[in-house]
Amino acid sequence: MFVEFEKQITTFIRDNLVFDTSVQLSNDASLTRTGVIDSLGVLDLIMFLEETYGIKIADHETVPENLDTIHNIVKFLETKVQPQTDAHEVAL
Amino acid sequence: MKLPSDLLKLDATQATEQITTALRTNVLKHLRKRGAVVGLSGGIDSSVVAALCTKAFGKERVLGLLMPENDSSDESLELGTKLAEKLGIETVAEPITPMLEGARCYQRRDEAVRSVIPDYDASWKMKIVLPSVTESDAYRLYSLVAESPEGKRVSVRLPSEAYLAIVAATNFKQRCRKMLEYYHADRLNYAVAGTPNRLEYDQGFFVKNGDGSADFKPIAHLYKSQVYQLAAHLDLPKEIQSRLPTTDTYSLPQSQEEFYFSLPYQHMDVCLYAHNNGLSAADVAEGLNLTSEQVERVFRDIEGKRRTTHYLHLSPLLAEKVPEIRSSL
Repeated sequence: MFVEFEKQITTFIRDNLVFDTSVQLSNDASLTRTGVIDSLGVLDLIMFLEETYGIKIADHETVPENLDTIHNIVKFLETKVQPQTDAHEVAL
Repeated sequence: MKLPSDLLKLDATQATEQITTALRTNVLKHLRKRGAVVGLSGGIDSSVVAALCTKAFGKERVLGLLMPENDSSDESLELGTKLAEKLGIETVAEPITPMLEGARCYQRRDEAVRSVIPDYDASWKMKIVLPSVTESDAYRLYSLVAESPEGKRVSVRLPSEAYLAIVAATNFKQRCRKMLEYYHADRLNYAVAGTPNRLEYDQGFFVKNGDGSADFKPIAHLYKSQVYQLAAHLDLPKEIQSRLPTTDTYSLPQSQEEFYFSLPYQHMDVCLYAHNNGLSAADVAEGLNLTSEQVERVFRDIEGKRRTTHYLHLSPLLAEKVPEIRSSL
């Protein structure tokens, strides 16, 4: 499941927040400092994460360590989202 | 290194002379207009601009417009009137509520508010707020604060769609005012004054084709605290000099730092000056009782706002140059 995060997030950012198709997205580059997304983009990103993964992101979690690079977002999601396979195994 | 206390001290006499000379050159010679229209909000910026125009063109060649609407404070109208009386300039009252109702400004805004606070109706009051940049490293995400007539307060994080819809609707206010300023300027063959100070101009705190539109902007190079110094030098009414900056746009009282800037204007001025002049965050922090980390956040916020509002300063972009036409002097 986690391996899908990077692909889904990159696709969302590319399709919804990056209007310039020539921009190259890097997993470790700051999305805000490189101008890929602005404060409104951060709002959109948070909504996407909450709706897609069924999580709630508190205000104190909206920090660069969690959201400023694709790599950070994936790491953050790994702490917020319970893998379905694990849950299934526990139930068994 | 401690910053000097007179970092932004202005020679107000010299500044007044320089600006009034520039006003006469720009408006009378370059624009070939015979006077100026100034929208009066009762705030420090429009008051200083009106006073400078009066010095430059004479009181007979300045028209002050008073443009209240449902959500603007009564104090704005009172202080605008008081300023005009002090300067001896003619005023025209142009309440803009009917125009805004015609454009469905309030209705569009309220629909957007209800999309996130379903109980909200026209009897409630509201504003948009940002958290302080100094409190944490978290992104500054807009919240909507609404208050019922019974005093119940609701605060929700704003989705971007609702935020954009609320701002787009309220921007009618600045654009209606500017439309009226140009109406009067056209009929009098006057130029329209813009009133941004340096903080507002640099950080894009204006509405394109609203308060951002003007034929000249005489205090765009002055930090806000320098505008206050000019106000004192020009002997403007004390109530105007002591009035706290407000957006005067939403029905709940809203400070400018709550909606846009990171810090109160006195501190924002110092940070912007320091950032513009290569001073370190550590130097600024000591003088403002902040940490270096907090000042670094303010510096980043300054750069972020410059990036996101850059387009507001641009003239319409052409596919190819038209070399015969100049868009600046």
